[in-house]
Amino acid sequence: MSRLKILTEHIDKPEITGIEGYIKHGGYRAVEKALKKMQPDEVTEEVKKSGLRGRGGAGFPTGMKWSFIFKGNDKPRYLLCNADESEPGTFKDRLLMEKIPHLLIEGMIASSFALGVKTAYIYIRGEYMYILHILQKAIDEAYAKGYLGENILGTTYSLDLHVHPGGGAYICGEETALIESLEGKRGNPRIKPPFPAVEGLWGCPTIVNNVETICKVPFIINEGGETYANIGIGASTGTKLISACGNINKPGVYEIELGVPVEEFIYSDEYCGGIKGGKQLKALVPGGSSVPILPNRLITKTAKGEPRLMSYESLSDGGFPTGSMLGSGGFIVFDEDQCIVRNTWNFSRFYHHESCGQCSPCREGTGWMEKILHRMEYGHGRMEDIDLLWDVQRKIEGNTICPFGDASAWPVAAAIRHFRDEFEWHVLHPAEATRRNYGMGRSAEPIEQVTA
Amino acid sequence: MPKVTIDNITIDVPPGTTILNAARMIGENVPPAMCYYSKLKGSGGKCRVCLVKVTKTSEQNPRGMPKLVASCVTQIADGMVVENITSPEVVEARKGVVELLLINHPLDCPVCDQAGECHLQDLSYEHGAATTRYDFGRRTFNKIDIGPYIQLHMTRCILCYRCVYTADQLTDGRVHGIINRGDAAEISTYIENIIDNDFSGNVIDVCPVGALTDRTFRFKSRVWFTKPMNAHRNCDKCSGKVTLWFQGEEVLRVTGRKDQYGEVEEFICNTCRFETKKKSDWVVEGHRRIDTHSVIAQNHLPYELDVVHPQIEQAQ
Ligand SMILES: Cc1cc2nc3c(=O)[nH]c(=O)nc-3n(C[C@H](O)[C@H](O)[C@H](O)COP(=O)(O)O)c2cc1C
Ligand code: SF4
Ligand code: SF4
Ligand code: FES
Repeated sequence: MSRLKILTEHIDKPEITGIEGYIKHGGYRAVEKALKKMQPDEVTEEVKKSGLRGRGGAGFPTGMKWSFIFKGNDKPRYLLCNADESEPGTFKDRLLMEKIPHLLIEGMIASSFALGVKTAYIYIRGEYMYILHILQKAIDEAYAKGYLGENILGTTYSLDLHVHPGGGAYICGEETALIESLEGKRGNPRIKPPFPAVEGLWGCPTIVNNVETICKVPFIINEGGETYANIGIGASTGTKLISACGNINKPGVYEIELGVPVEEFIYSDEYCGGIKGGKQLKALVPGGSSVPILPNRLITKTAKGEPRLMSYESLSDGGFPTGSMLGSGGFIVFDEDQCIVRNTWNFSRFYHHESCGQCSPCREGTGWMEKILHRMEYGHGRMEDIDLLWDVQRKIEGNTICPFGDASAWPVAAAIRHFRDEFEWHVLHPAEATRRNYGMGRSAEPIEQVTA
Repeated sequence: MPKVTIDNITIDVPPGTTILNAARMIGENVPPAMCYYSKLKGSGGKCRVCLVKVTKTSEQNPRGMPKLVASCVTQIADGMVVENITSPEVVEARKGVVELLLINHPLDCPVCDQAGECHLQDLSYEHGAATTRYDFGRRTFNKIDIGPYIQLHMTRCILCYRCVYTADQLTDGRVHGIINRGDAAEISTYIENIIDNDFSGNVIDVCPVGALTDRTFRFKSRVWFTKPMNAHRNCDKCSGKVTLWFQGEEVLRVTGRKDQYGEVEEFICNTCRFETKKKSDWVVEGHRRIDTHSVIAQNHLPYELDVVHPQIEQAQ
């Protein structure tokens, strides 16, 4: 059974990358419609009706965010597309930019029109340099066809669109750090308020949106917000790109209708195709490295015993600490052979490396967590280390300038909450813990079979 | 004027006042500040020692804020209720921040020039734990002379950014800032450059710890053995109002005058600070008032011992 695809329907057609192919498949209709038949506020209204939530991780309603843009001064307004995509496990935006760049450009034009923006930027992570060239080519094509520049399609609306490479730092994906970086400074997050919608790039009202979010806008304009809102489930409307990886048969990027059961997503042939080698499912990180890990018993069912669905609400489990988050859709599956301690250390290593270092809890705490985890993983852990680790993550969470601090703490907290016995096993069996052969076929000591 | 209640004390403050400044106006239970500096624009929000709990956001919004907030960058709203030391959560979080700050700060107070004037020392004394749970290697650095007047001990730096803002806002052609990220971040001058302009010495005064030291004073004396006096001179670059730190008749050090929060009242130029060190260069105004709780007060303030009247138990 094939389901509705809003973004990826034509993605496998090679001609879709060029402007002619894109137009042939219905491209740029939304720009025509918005600029010629709609008022800017009507576009925002449709986006509000659609219930679209930001796809960059936090899931904030896009229409509402747009309506916060400050109109009380005559400063220029900016739209920034967040194409930094650096969350480990998340690799969905690249697919859109690589295969169907005009969809993003069309979304940027329509969104900029809605927001009264005259200059917009796509801030792309430095490592995606080859995609930058693809985007630049597409932007040039759009200028040549009159979709960008002065008086677009003969209307009074004009827009300039630039693509700007970042320095390759995860923190530059945080919206205010992105703004600092775009201004040519260190990518340090700013203290909020003021929020970017009031004082963003160069002190002017600014909206930052994820690539996938912006790519949804043309569909919403063409088909109407209500049509979009009828797809999905509850407050999780529409479709979502999920980048699936780990021990599954078919890793890749899938566009799902929100509300698909997690079990179906993992096991059906349409999506992940089950666990590689027929092994047992052990754990799941459903939304990129920063979201809490779920143990086997909570992957297909929530704490209340309901089926777990791929949606913002269901994955977060209604606020239970046993839940996780849909986040950016980086779906990482672990089979029975994977070591949670090692994985947690690996994530921690990343957060230690990427902290901007501005605020003390994150700067010092991420390194401390990494070192404790490293020690446990390499057979020198102590029982007290588990509580110490718990304590250190608590000192970071909620006490920092930007959500990076929480992102570094949550994976550690969830790993201890759900897999404490595995941490204890590491302390009690240091020799075995060190000897295991990771990721190279079957490891010598499947963790579940060992009881401390 | 909006009303704010901090640790059960209510005060009216001008709109736009931050929680920290409102607490300073009350004058009791003032949250500590390691990175905020009222004289430096944009400072604050980084060290997180001033975290407080907002239990009521405003008259209109009686719910509190979900997380602790940095009092130095959070503005008050009418009817706001704040807990500082009355909140166990705040006390716990602050203790955590102090522990984290001390991870990479050596306890070299016995030889540090800032001993006795160090905000981190005060902070750990008031809010820290007596022991450490950190048992990994700590960062080490060589000391660096940045120019003829200033020495940087990067080991002691807590990355509060105060000196960066000072250099940015007070001196021309800033050459110093922070390089690298996370716990590898460090203060540095632009490649081997020196901080060389008329107001550079102020970075020493704003540093809350002993990371930036005055090369004309280092190791001359412990601060509590010196005698602080207010003095002034005619200066064409700054107000010329300073504190002179005497040993006998000799001026060992010149600094800006600091207010009760340890912040410089008026920034001074390098000539006043480094080059006019004879008593005769100055008009000495008189003793500088030093808080009795400060170790600098030792040896200086006249004080009387309480008279104890022992109650001799009456034989029954
Ligand atoms: C540490 C950190 C990294 C982030 N990285 C990204 C990123 O790579 N891409 C992204 O779209 N959003 C990222 N975000 C979220 C952005 O701050 C912001 O919420 C988002 O771009 C808003 O777009 P949306 O409303 O369309 O989701 C990150 C946030 C944090 C705290
Ligand atoms: S939480 Fe971490 S990444 Fe965010 S501002 Fe603080 S140090 Fe920087
Ligand atoms: S050198 Fe001093 S003032 Fe500068 S950042 Fe470090 S601690 Fe702060
Ligand atoms: S003084 Fe408020 S965060 Fe540093």
